[in-house]
Amino acid sequence: MKHSFAESTARIRVNDLLDTDSFRELSGPAQRVVSPHLALLGVPFSFDDGVVIGSGSLHGESVLIAAQEGEFMGGGVGEVHGAKLVGLFKRALRDRPAAVLVLAESGGVRLHEANAGLIAVSEVMRALLDVRAAGIPVLMLIGGATGCFGGMGLIARCADYLVMSDIGRMSMSGPEVIESSHGVEEFDSRDRALVWRTTGGKHRYLMDDCDALVEDDMDAFRQAAIEGLRRARPLTLEAMLQEHVLLTARIAEFGDCKDATDIWQRMGVPNTSQVTDLEAAQVQALKPAAAVETL
Amino acid sequence: MNWEKLVSDIFGPDHRVKRHGDVISGTGELHGQTLAVVGTTDHTSIGVEIALAQARLILDTVQNHPERAILLLVDTQGQRLRHRDELLCINRYMAHLGCCIELARRRGHRVIGLVYDQALSGGFITSGLIADACYALPEAEIRVMRLPAMARVTKISEQVLEALSISNPVFAPGVKNYVAMGGIHSLWTGDLAAALQDALQTAPRDDARAADGAARGGRKLAAQVIAQVLVEKVAA
Repeated sequence: MKHSFAESTARIRVNDLLDTDSFRELSGPAQRVVSPHLALLGVPFSFDDGVVIGSGSLHGESVLIAAQEGEFMGGGVGEVHGAKLVGLFKRALRDRPAAVLVLAESGGVRLHEANAGLIAVSEVMRALLDVRAAGIPVLMLIGGATGCFGGMGLIARCADYLVMSDIGRMSMSGPEVIESSHGVEEFDSRDRALVWRTTGGKHRYLMDDCDALVEDDMDAFRQAAIEGLRRARPLTLEAMLQEHVLLTARIAEFGDCKDATDIWQRMGVPNTSQVTDLEAAQVQALKPAAAVETL
Repeated sequence: MNWEKLVSDIFGPDHRVKRHGDVISGTGELHGQTLAVVGTTDHTSIGVEIALAQARLILDTVQNHPERAILLLVDTQGQRLRHRDELLCINRYMAHLGCCIELARRRGHRVIGLVYDQALSGGFITSGLIADACYALPEAEIRVMRLPAMARVTKISEQVLEALSISNPVFAPGVKNYVAMGGIHSLWTGDLAAALQDALQTAPRDDARAADGAARGGRKLAAQVIAQVLVEKVAA
């Protein structure tokens, strides 16, 4: 039976994703590492500031892991939340685990701590890139209902390997922000189908913006994460030049498309109107053979 | 300050910095050293094209001019808020720009960020904030969101936020708050060429912002939490 990733809390996700009973939390709730800013605002705070961090093993290999709790302040990155992530990455530089896993679920900068949150996001990004430069792969797993937006969307695309489910969304600005800025004709945030085919896992997978697409199932995420252990992606000049060619070609090929279905059609995907109903395995089969990730 | 006056003040009248659309780029000489200049103007929003154009300029500098110092000039209203940009995965384009700057730093280029007019969250994270260190002019403005909008999103009254912003740098926009929190290394006043020269010599190569924020009293917990996570023993 499926065990939903999306419907689990951050703490359950880390426990169930890693090898049985291997997870050990760092700076957990007992240590009361809380945001000082939320208390000032009279807003409820959390004893883990919305992120669970720790160590454990995955398929017998030692890893460090973090999971953001989308239910707490939309997974927003504040001063403490961000510092826990930075500390984890610095720990990775010292302890050299097989990988660092980030179960990202966040709207980005926590607006209640606006300035501190913005700097924290930048610090997390630089700490992540230090780990990546050390040859330790950083894996992003995106499958929570809140999605991965704003600063966390930027951080996600700085990682070595990205796994998404169809429920997971990854993007920059939330549809509500775009709608309030340019009107409902620009982006109707209440049109769920539109929102998901624009930012959801299937579109991101078909565009190669994530490396693996999985069902909303804990074991599927675990298997994809195990695959990611071998997917370090060094930040070299050659790699960045290649990325640049890809991103330039994308604007030329799809820059005039009005909808994800226009892009899929141009890619040669048959029956584009049915893509949103397909299983992850069926979406994988739509990709040209050479590009398919083996899972 | 407008960008023409800024680059003239820094490099003198003989600079070769030009504007193409809302992107500014070129080179200038400082004490016999050539610097690459990459930035934006007119509070432009950063869409996929502008992120890509800046990435190209950084990559060209890395490819053709090893170790040439790079000055990033920041003036943006943030990421472009369009459906099309999201469809094309704008966060990938912006992350690409950030990774190109990171690559330049790792290959020995000094990278100095300068907020000379306006910086807003999304457009700032993968430009000025990923430099070796980021500086600002005193009249520049840095913010995540205006207080009225912040009041709406957080459902906390604007009066409360305004009162807090006087005593706490976390809540109010403004470059001085960013200096106190360590996000901005220092403000450039007076002789801008001398300020840049000093930055090239003294900007930290490692991320010193949490330590700076603690030392300056504007962001006390970040450094402490980072250190705690680092030393903590894992339970058996």
